[in-house]
Amino acid sequence: MENTISFDINDIRKQFPVLSREVNGKPLVYMDNGATTHKPKAMTDAITDYYERINSNVHRGVHHLSQQATDAFEVTREKLRAHINAEHAREVIFTKGTTDSINTVAWSFGELVKPRDEVIISTLEHHSNIVPWQMMCERKGATLKVIPMDDRGVLDLEAYQTLLTEKTVLVAFNHISNALGTINPVKKMTKMAHEVGAAVMIDGAQSMPHLKVDVRDLDVDFYAISAHKMYGPTGIGALYGKEEWLNKLPPYQGGGEMIATVTFEKTTYADLPHKFEAGTPHIEGVIAWAASLDWLNAIGMENITHYEAELLEYGTKALSEVDGMTIHGTAPQKSALFSFNIEGLHPYDVGTLLDQLGIAVRTGHHCTQPLMNRLNVPGTIRASMGLYNTKEEIDTLVAGLNRVIPMLK
Amino acid sequence: MSESIQERTTDIVDEFDMFEDWMDKYDHIISLGKELPLIDEQHKVDDNLIKGCQSRVWLHADYDGQNVTFTADSDAIITKGIIALMVRVLSGQSPEAIVNADLSFVDEIGLKDHLSPTRANGLVSMIKQMKFYALAYQSK
Ligand SMILES: Cc1ncc(COP(=O)(O)O)c(C=O)c1O
Repeated sequence: MENTISFDINDIRKQFPVLSREVNGKPLVYMDNGATTHKPKAMTDAITDYYERINSNVHRGVHHLSQQATDAFEVTREKLRAHINAEHAREVIFTKGTTDSINTVAWSFGELVKPRDEVIISTLEHHSNIVPWQMMCERKGATLKVIPMDDRGVLDLEAYQTLLTEKTVLVAFNHISNALGTINPVKKMTKMAHEVGAAVMIDGAQSMPHLKVDVRDLDVDFYAISAHKMYGPTGIGALYGKEEWLNKLPPYQGGGEMIATVTFEKTTYADLPHKFEAGTPHIEGVIAWAASLDWLNAIGMENITHYEAELLEYGTKALSEVDGMTIHGTAPQKSALFSFNIEGLHPYDVGTLLDQLGIAVRTGHHCTQPLMNRLNVPGTIRASMGLYNTKEEIDTLVAGLNRVIPMLK
Repeated sequence: MSESIQERTTDIVDEFDMFEDWMDKYDHIISLGKELPLIDEQHKVDDNLIKGCQSRVWLHADYDGQNVTFTADSDAIITKGIIALMVRVLSGQSPEAIVNADLSFVDEIGLKDHLSPTRANGLVSMIKQMKFYALAYQSK
């Protein structure tokens, strides 16, 4: 399937019905892909198809439909395994999303953590990669340490090296920062953590839509994914974990699906991946996610990365010329995301007026309050690109800014 | 500033009717924000912050035994414009009038539909807080 479709942006846009709608009387310019991406028709068709033709619970029934649902469900697991190059499909656990994946590890791994153990996160983290670790450290009497960064939004690897000690049990950070777009050197940082015997958990919420992720090459121990940020359904995601780790961790939630045998005296748990999948899962979400993966792979992740790098370059240049512009996040390795402020203006005002012009951006702290404090801003305006955005849309954003800035000054 | 709340809100609805495009309405809101009398710096304290707004909003009330005077500020100019509307309607009125005020003009001018949910919530919090002050003075 690799590289069978040429990167024809008009053809791609046609597959997203929502992109042709109007907002406030203007053609929609959707630049909030960091929050969630829109969905290709192939994915929504797969949801309808599931309900119209199959709709049965998985891993349970002897009947035909249940078997079909189970097969389709497991096909996604295999496709996702291949997509991230995991060794085994049983290393791919379906969860509600990145937040749920991180909480699963924070709880289960936490059961192995002792007082005075240390966990390291970074300044760039989303609240969902901060709070679960704070809760775990509080519960276990462990200590949380934070890797600092420079003004460009690049993590300070020397400082990181000094934080790593034999007390470090786990290091958690994102592959790509949702607020600044920084692409972190995951492979290098993982190697450094492994040298002191610490496990590594990566928040991959923002990297999956933009990069080819190879968990074996990166050698990470855990990797968290949200389907809805990579052109898939909401409410579904995955946790990749090395088999060795997943076998070592106690299950996070109890219930149906995750057991081998149950008596009132003792329950034994199912093997991977089911040990971590209690209850009826988000079946249509899992099944339809396969359509998104096929669709992405038909375009080719490398082609996507390449195209988006063009958008980054074009947008950085165009936005830099806007009056009073400060772009936050200027890491040399960066995804196509523009986080910025206009001198003297509140991000919220700018976002509100851009919305009147049909331009969807996000304003605020982007669930990264400690990072905003580090940058000394109350928030930013964030335009985050998806593979269907165009240079013309970036021009529309710039024209929109040039219209609203004088109104607000 | 002795007109009733009813008269003041009718004026505002007429004013907004003059603009067709929402960008123009926002332009008007922004200029109201710029004209909002400054709040005394001593009242810009955390105790006077209204919860539930994405931007920061400070609201202060004074009561001379007859009427309530509101002063307010925000770090976001559109928010400030919306506050200016509320202050224009409610400031200088009696506690009874404020408590019983019909503020449906906010819907009539279409403002609520054009606010993001967080901003709409902020507006609701602001109105609640203004009525809350009035209620406290009423029972004095
Ligand atoms: C970097 C990062 N981590 C975690 C999350 C949380 O993802 P979800 O809400 O899908 O669980 C997000 C989503 O905003 C994110 O951008």
